[in-house]
Amino acid sequence: MMMQRISELLRQLGAYFTGMIWRLGFAARFFILILKHSGTSFRRFHLTVREMYFTGVQSLIIIVVSGLFVGMVLGLQGYDTLVRYGSSEALGVLVALSLVRELGPVVAGLLFASRAGSAITAEIGLMKATEQLDAMEMMAVDPIARVVAPRFWAGVISMPLLAALFSAMGIFGGYLVGVRMIGVDEGSFWSQMQSAVDFDEDILNGVIKSFVFGIAITWIAVFEGYDAPPTAEGVSGATTRTVVTSSLSVLALDFVLTALMFRGN
Amino acid sequence: MMSRKTLDLWVGVFVAIGFGALLFLALKVANLSPFAGANSYQINAKFDNIGGLKVRAPVKSAGVVVGRVSGIHFDNQTFEAVVAMSIESRFEFPKDTSAKILTSGLLGEQFIGLAAGGDSVNLKNGDALKITQSAVILENLISQFLYSKAADGGGDKKSDGKKQ
Repeated sequence: MMMQRISELLRQLGAYFTGMIWRLGFAARFFILILKHSGTSFRRFHLTVREMYFTGVQSLIIIVVSGLFVGMVLGLQGYDTLVRYGSSEALGVLVALSLVRELGPVVAGLLFASRAGSAITAEIGLMKATEQLDAMEMMAVDPIARVVAPRFWAGVISMPLLAALFSAMGIFGGYLVGVRMIGVDEGSFWSQMQSAVDFDEDILNGVIKSFVFGIAITWIAVFEGYDAPPTAEGVSGATTRTVVTSSLSVLALDFVLTALMFRGN
Repeated sequence: MMSRKTLDLWVGVFVAIGFGALLFLALKVANLSPFAGANSYQINAKFDNIGGLKVRAPVKSAGVVVGRVSGIHFDNQTFEAVVAMSIESRFEFPKDTSAKILTSGLLGEQFIGLAAGGDSVNLKNGDALKITQSAVILENLISQFLYSKAADGGGDKKSDGKKQ
């Protein structure tokens, strides 16, 4: 009796892991399939442009507003800490480095996952549930080339731009609070920032980070949508999974990339 | 549904804003340094001890940034540190210029200070500076200070025969 329950538990564990690995392999093959069929999204670029409107342009407001507020909070908290060590002029460095290196790509990635990733999954999932994808296949239109790849590339292009905008808005927010409100010296705010922030080391690495996050988020989003069970429940579950999985992978990837980029030499 | 023209316009605005933000980060925040590439020449200097000097630390003369540290190596023959600096071409220095490792502020970053000499020949690409002064190591300074204090104190208490 006891043995049976243990073996049943082990069997479930095994089935869970096999399923996970199977899904991972399926997702990897799906990724290759997207790359193979992405010729259309560049030849007929207006397909990608149309998706960039939904993923990029419609995310502008949330990115701008949250970037501004994150920067303003950084300005307040950073000043509060730095003033204890008598180095409140380093506020610009603190705000710029934390935004450009970490917060810009990561927070923009999390917002992008919940704002655009979930929408992509829901859209593709619903298209599948209402058999629009099958209908396309009937008309000899490849749904991956026509529906999936443009969304993928739109996300990959939009994400670095959104992250850069987030960082820029955050630095502006830090400037508003630090210089305009609290009264840190404007000249040293900018000049210390400029001497401490390196283009290759900091900004380019931030862009690379956001690019990788963009690939991961949109890949997960289109895969979950394409793989969703064609029911209302299935689509809602897939949308939830998109947000959870892509947020977690953004955070995990961020650690890996940071460890590779800033080993503190 | 939005017409294709408005859609293109919005996406264009989005891309322009995104690249504008990137440009802002590059120019205003990082201040893309003008020292990279062809408009600079390399000079070397050997130091007994470079302290906490880092690659890309500024090279200043009279307080003005004239170049950056481009590399730091260890010379296994003389057991000295070799610091390579790239100096912007429009700044020329005499051949007998001396280099010092200085610290900005009490605990700030370290940089190289160049003091121009009086020679009529200017430094060329690949030249080495002859006169250098190492970084001030705080621990050495303190121990020297303590030694001299101890020596003074000892001298006072004993009969002042030997020392003076």
